[in-house]
Amino acid sequence: MISDRINEKSPWQDITEGNKIFEAATSREFCTGEWRTSTPVWDKEKCKQCLLCTPVCPDSSIPVKDGKREEFDYDHCKGCGICAKVCPFDAIAMKEGK
Amino acid sequence: MDNTVEIRWHGRGGQGAKTAALLLADVAFKTGKYVQGFPEYGPERMGAPITAYNRISDAPVTIHSNIYDPDYVAVVDDSLLESIDVTHGLKRNGAVIINTEKKKEHIMPLLHGFEGAVYVLDAKAVSMKALGKNYPNSPMLAAVAAVSGVMPKKDFLREMQASFAHKFAKKPEVIDGNMRALELAFAEVEKENGCK
Amino acid sequence: MAVRERLSGNEAVAYAIKQIEPDVMPAFPITPSTEIPQYVATYIANGEIDTEFIPVESEHSAMSATLGACAAGARALTATSSCGMALMWEELYVAASDRLPIVMALVNRALSGPININADHSDSMGARDSGWIQIYAESNQEVYDNFLQAFPIAEHKDVMLPVMICQDGFITSHGVENILLVETDSVKQFVGERNPEHYLLNAKEPMAVGPYAVSNYYMETKRGQREAMKNARKVILEVAERFEKMTGRKYGFFEEYCLEDAEYAIVIIGSAAGTCKAAVNKIRKETGKKVGLLKIRVFRPFPEEELAAALSHVKTIAVLDRSEMFSATGGPLGAEVQAALYQAKADADVVNYFYGLGGRDITVEDFEQVYSKLERIAKEHKVTDKYDYIGLRK
Repeated sequence: MISDRINEKSPWQDITEGNKIFEAATSREFCTGEWRTSTPVWDKEKCKQCLLCTPVCPDSSIPVKDGKREEFDYDHCKGCGICAKVCPFDAIAMKEGK
Repeated sequence: MDNTVEIRWHGRGGQGAKTAALLLADVAFKTGKYVQGFPEYGPERMGAPITAYNRISDAPVTIHSNIYDPDYVAVVDDSLLESIDVTHGLKRNGAVIINTEKKKEHIMPLLHGFEGAVYVLDAKAVSMKALGKNYPNSPMLAAVAAVSGVMPKKDFLREMQASFAHKFAKKPEVIDGNMRALELAFAEVEKENGCK
Repeated sequence: MAVRERLSGNEAVAYAIKQIEPDVMPAFPITPSTEIPQYVATYIANGEIDTEFIPVESEHSAMSATLGACAAGARALTATSSCGMALMWEELYVAASDRLPIVMALVNRALSGPININADHSDSMGARDSGWIQIYAESNQEVYDNFLQAFPIAEHKDVMLPVMICQDGFITSHGVENILLVETDSVKQFVGERNPEHYLLNAKEPMAVGPYAVSNYYMETKRGQREAMKNARKVILEVAERFEKMTGRKYGFFEEYCLEDAEYAIVIIGSAAGTCKAAVNKIRKETGKKVGLLKIRVFRPFPEEELAAALSHVKTIAVLDRSEMFSATGGPLGAEVQAALYQAKADADVVNYFYGLGGRDITVEDFEQVYSKLERIAKEHKVTDKYDYIGLRK
């Protein structure tokens, strides 16, 4: 975990040159799901697997496997509701809270 | 400082006074001197009066100011004499070299009572005679070399020959004409004015 | 073997670029630096070097493209002047904080306004807080030599900072002087290849350059940047020593000219130092008065302690600034030199004069007058006109 090496307690000596990050996808470590005040709920019955929700998710929190979407990644979903708006089949509903 | 020769060139934008100063620096450099050749930049317009300078010395020159008390002044265009005091600051034992079709006595009244040596050269006539074209730079360069004596004539001609051979590698037929222009100008200045 | 030549300052820099043969040069023309990209583009067009030239639509883009190329792993440089560098402002800071070893050939020219094309240091002095290493030159020889030393300093692993190689517009950039060139093989050996430890085009190591740093990280990042600037002191001297071994020409943070026994000293940056040397020679020869000169070469990092030590024995000092900073006191060099002297508890009287703004000429006689003022101040123990001008019509 990069956050074990560089975090808000790190002395200046431990901050990389130019604040550069020498690995990819470190945003996975940052659980933005904690910010969520309303939560998308997926109705598998109504879902037609059209996959319109996946590309619009700003947090890449709708994983796709073998051409089908899976359960939300609630560790990173911020609850923005874009997926619910875009779903033509009312298969995603927003509920209050986490 | 003592052996440094300072030269100021007056011309108009586009006439090649800067090029002449750089050429003189070039040829002096090739004869082993320490040189400076630099223009003074004002409004960069065709026809605007421009000034360029040379310092030529046997020792390195560190001064980076313009030249206010030159040893020699070269005037590429005599129409400047009306508007500019070309001999301003020129040393009394120095000399001014003017490219003009006029006779010396007609030029003298325009020199604000300058008491030093005055040399005139009809660089256009020399160029027309030698090259059939009006390139006054080469004759003026020869005149400045002749009058200032910053390098021996034979060294000057030898280095200019090499320089023309390089510059006109693709037009070797003009080399002889250019060399003739230099020699004619040398002779002209020596004959007309009695050179040192 | 050195090659005896005569070149203008711009030609000398372009030739150094040709010898170094960097990977990428994005540039946008502006007087008086225009000739540099022009010459380099000619070398490329003639097939003499393999550098990728990127013609851009502005200096903002020139520096952006240089940043991108450098971050990708290329050896990248650009050239500019005055308002051109002002348009790079944002990227100057980014280059330094992203720790990108870029080199810039800066041909110093006054910033507008009033609009003016001639030499002064308002452009680079304005950028003195941007995090770039700044190295200044007196002559064409020095700007060439400094340019050859730029990449070895910038790319040193303890430094990794951009370097600005400054020369005075027109005075050296367009003035032809004698110069000794280093043979290209030796240049290539001296400068070496860039072997970046991390670079964006390395498929084996994905990385992010220039990530957002919230308050919790910004200050520590800046502290790291300062450490690099501190390290640069050592590296600048090491590179200079290596350069001296190759050429016999010695460089440091500054040059001391007749300073060892001097009672009156001038501190100055750039081409006017040469004119000042002529004044020092003349005064010493004619009067025997002990006048000396300290010419700053490296302004960033600022050689505070070394400078104060070199001036410790001097009675009176004139610091000469070729740019304003409108503090309503003196100029930037004046402020920093005085701070250094204060830290060292020096007791010299100091005056700070402006000169050469917008290309105003400064002559040997002007310097002679400054030295006589310094002598008078020393005799009277009284500083009058602490902040003043040279060559101003009053």
